[in-house]
Amino acid sequence: MILDIGFETMPREDLEDIQVRRLQATVERAYYNVPFYRANFEKSGVKPDIIKSMDDLKRLPFTTKADLRDNYPFGMFAVPMDNVVRIHASSGTTGKPTVVGYTARDIKTWAELMARALSAGGAGRGDIIHNAYGYGLFTGGLGVHYGAEKLGASVIPVSGGNTKRQIVLMKDFGPTILTSTPSYALHLAEVAEEVGESFKNFKFKFGIFGAEPWSEKMRTELEEKLYLSAVDIYGLSEVMGPGVAMECHEAKKGLHIFEDHFIPEIINPETGEVLPYGETGELVFTSITKEAFPVIRYRTRDITSLNPEPCICGRTHVRMNKVSGRSDDMLIIRGVNVFPSQIESVLMGFEGVAPHYQLIVDRIDNLDVLSVLVEVGEKLFSDEVKILQDEAKKISKNIKDYLGVSAKVTLVESKSIARSEGKAVRVVDNRKI
Amino acid sequence: MRVEQISVFLENKAGRLAEVTGILSDANVNIRALSVADTSDFGVLRLIVDDNAKAERVLKENGFSVGKTSVVAVEVEDKPGGLHRILSILTMAGINVEYMYSLVVQRNGHSVLVFRFDNIDGAVSLLKENGITVVDGSKVQSM
Repeated sequence: MILDIGFETMPREDLEDIQVRRLQATVERAYYNVPFYRANFEKSGVKPDIIKSMDDLKRLPFTTKADLRDNYPFGMFAVPMDNVVRIHASSGTTGKPTVVGYTARDIKTWAELMARALSAGGAGRGDIIHNAYGYGLFTGGLGVHYGAEKLGASVIPVSGGNTKRQIVLMKDFGPTILTSTPSYALHLAEVAEEVGESFKNFKFKFGIFGAEPWSEKMRTELEEKLYLSAVDIYGLSEVMGPGVAMECHEAKKGLHIFEDHFIPEIINPETGEVLPYGETGELVFTSITKEAFPVIRYRTRDITSLNPEPCICGRTHVRMNKVSGRSDDMLIIRGVNVFPSQIESVLMGFEGVAPHYQLIVDRIDNLDVLSVLVEVGEKLFSDEVKILQDEAKKISKNIKDYLGVSAKVTLVESKSIARSEGKAVRVVDNRKI
Repeated sequence: MRVEQISVFLENKAGRLAEVTGILSDANVNIRALSVADTSDFGVLRLIVDDNAKAERVLKENGFSVGKTSVVAVEVEDKPGGLHRILSILTMAGINVEYMYSLVVQRNGHSVLVFRFDNIDGAVSLLKENGITVVDGSKVQSM
């Protein structure tokens, strides 16, 4: 069901009028309230008043994750802290997280967009939503939660983990909508089988899966194993959180971007040049209604393309195709963003460990498994096995504490990690998405 | 009184141990004693050889991580209770044995065991006080 007929099916010309006005207001507020944006605009020789039409957006400079990091923690906020009612954070590239803030109105907007998204994914009043996204600093859990309440559905705030108990709740409460990462959903199906249950006997109609990229092949697998219709949701905390774009369950062919709140662009990641509809490149977002944390031409590093064709569901908002990759080296492991550089900085804390390491990501029983191979050089080596094992355990614990992701640390012989042109191959991703 | 032991880090892969023995054999290094401590992923090979410097050099040249540790070689009577007597003395004094293994050949009709203690000096003087023969490093290498 289309929750907000007025905005979601608005003719493109009217939508553009609104976008231009909202863009002008956002650019002005960012320029006057956030020193970073003012400096960044001045560097490019532009002022807020250059925005006369949508075509002028491309004259503004980009914002990158590094810019957010440089302004850690609250430097990118465009309102005084008095007006910030919520803070979320996601992992950053060098240890410091990326911090985002929300005003009361931002939270309301987010809930409305998430309600729209859940509705597009087949949920409605009367549905019971089993929300297995993590609650906490991560935007997934709370984002879905507020949207579900706004929609008037019943939400089970089960969060991640404790999988066997989740199966019991699914059996006893009869939820009709599952929200989780696609890999965790497949894991749920396996654990259900282990304990002698089957999703066949559960009441799920739709599964709304996101926080990590997934393929059409995985859709087939999810639908077969979980006996539901699987739809894709997209978002990132820097732009808002989940609910930036959502696949409609009618077409299941690309995710409608809520363009009355976010303006998407596709650029060539090398040159920054804006690419026309249909071409594949890096997705860039400008928020046009956010108060606390406006982003202007934020480079997501996600690779996809935009599809402007009318959709059978009736929404007029442009669709983004499924994300096919990254223009940087970020890994998404069980929904957690991990940069190899973050692991390197953990390893740096151990004498003699870095730079001889390698990250291997596998998908075993539908769960992402991160292994860290560490070469045992002279400094790390001991003739006592328990000292070596303790060292491996310590590294693993620090990675968990610091990045929130479990890693199996394996000690390997020195110089055994494959090197290309003398440089160790840092990341081997064996997952077939 | 200390004996120098060489240790090598090995991944748990077929043929790795043979590679080490091959390198030592090519360098004409004789192995006097050895033990392997293993886990599911890796092992630590500990060696007493007749030429430490050469062994260390050729192993490093072949990319192995080599460590050196001081251990103690002790004569143990080759009869029931021989080892137990030594361990009892150490236990009473609160000295911990990290690991131990035995030499391939006998000496003076005794077995020779290699010990790694948490307190080497304390262990050596204690054993001597109790009339137990601690074998000198150079003697172990040339046995």
